[in-house]
Amino acid sequence: MSFINYMAREINCKIVYYGPGLCGKTTNLQYIYERTNPDAKGKMISLATETERTLFFDFLPLSLGEIRGFKTRFHLYTVPGQVFYDASRKLILKGVDGVIFVADSQMERLEANQESVENLRTNLAEQGYSLEKIPYVIQYNKRDLPNVVSVEELRSLLNPMTVPDFEANARSGTGVFDTLKAVSKLVLNELKRGG
Amino acid sequence: MVNPQMVMYEEEFNQIQAVVDRLVREANAKVVFIVDKNGQLIAASGEVENIDTTSLASLTAGNIAATGGIAKLLRENEFATQFHEGERANIHIQLVGNRVILVVIFDSKSSLGLVRLRVRKASDELNRIFEALLSKVQEPGGDSPFAEITDEDIDNLFND
Repeated sequence: MSFINYMAREINCKIVYYGPGLCGKTTNLQYIYERTNPDAKGKMISLATETERTLFFDFLPLSLGEIRGFKTRFHLYTVPGQVFYDASRKLILKGVDGVIFVADSQMERLEANQESVENLRTNLAEQGYSLEKIPYVIQYNKRDLPNVVSVEELRSLLNPMTVPDFEANARSGTGVFDTLKAVSKLVLNELKRGG
Repeated sequence: MVNPQMVMYEEEFNQIQAVVDRLVREANAKVVFIVDKNGQLIAASGEVENIDTTSLASLTAGNIAATGGIAKLLRENEFATQFHEGERANIHIQLVGNRVILVVIFDSKSSLGLVRLRVRKASDELNRIFEALLSKVQEPGGDSPFAEITDEDIDNLFND
């Protein structure tokens, strides 16, 4: 649920990075944080365990610039990917405006990706959203690794709705901004329609 | 859409800001701020210059969300009040009308009793303002200011 502030002339939107454990959600945020102009970003917050696994969420506020005199601000969140943190994942989806699903392209994570998409669908439905209606894009991450599944196969398994999808290597940054731009555009288009 | 769009207009913003400003004085607080449950900062007052209010807003909302999750598991409706005591700073977090979060940060110049008392009064006022705001947002005919934006406007955002 975006927040339009006429007083401060700001639009605030919430984007959530979803996906199985270790697929690279936090790495996406870290890359965006490193590559963004200091004026356009706030502090990145990571609520993580001692072993750097996301415990609750990562948070990064970004300013994209102005549209018709309104500052556009995006709040990027990641969910904890590990299966047993499902209660936390549900909380982070509250008030979401757009979702990026980060898939792990490695062969051995194929099933984990499918489970995570199903989990996303269920948790969105619990909040009264549907994956078909919400601004949604998919990122096939870790394309640089040797044991990856072909994009065609990933697409057929994870993207039956043919939403915008991108190949990425979040560690080097390939595809990271393309993915973010795509979902941001969908969110702003949704606002335009008065969603 | 589950929740109606959150919108803030000048009239209600000024009313909210007045409540928040007064709460800082009457509770002897250092900082008072209001956040919506999704972590967006709505208003702030007091010594906010040295505080990262954006991060605080997001973490407070996360905190309230987690506490709400615990409440649900215990078949409680909500835990509407939270208090954290530090060595120098204390923080009092109050859920108002199950919609926004009122946060008061204070030190030894104030006391928990005073803060609770003043927060209770401010909550009632805020509740009324937000209810009025909500009914205003739901009125038909309030066109989105973004109905006019073009694909080009959106593309321009990403050209830098």
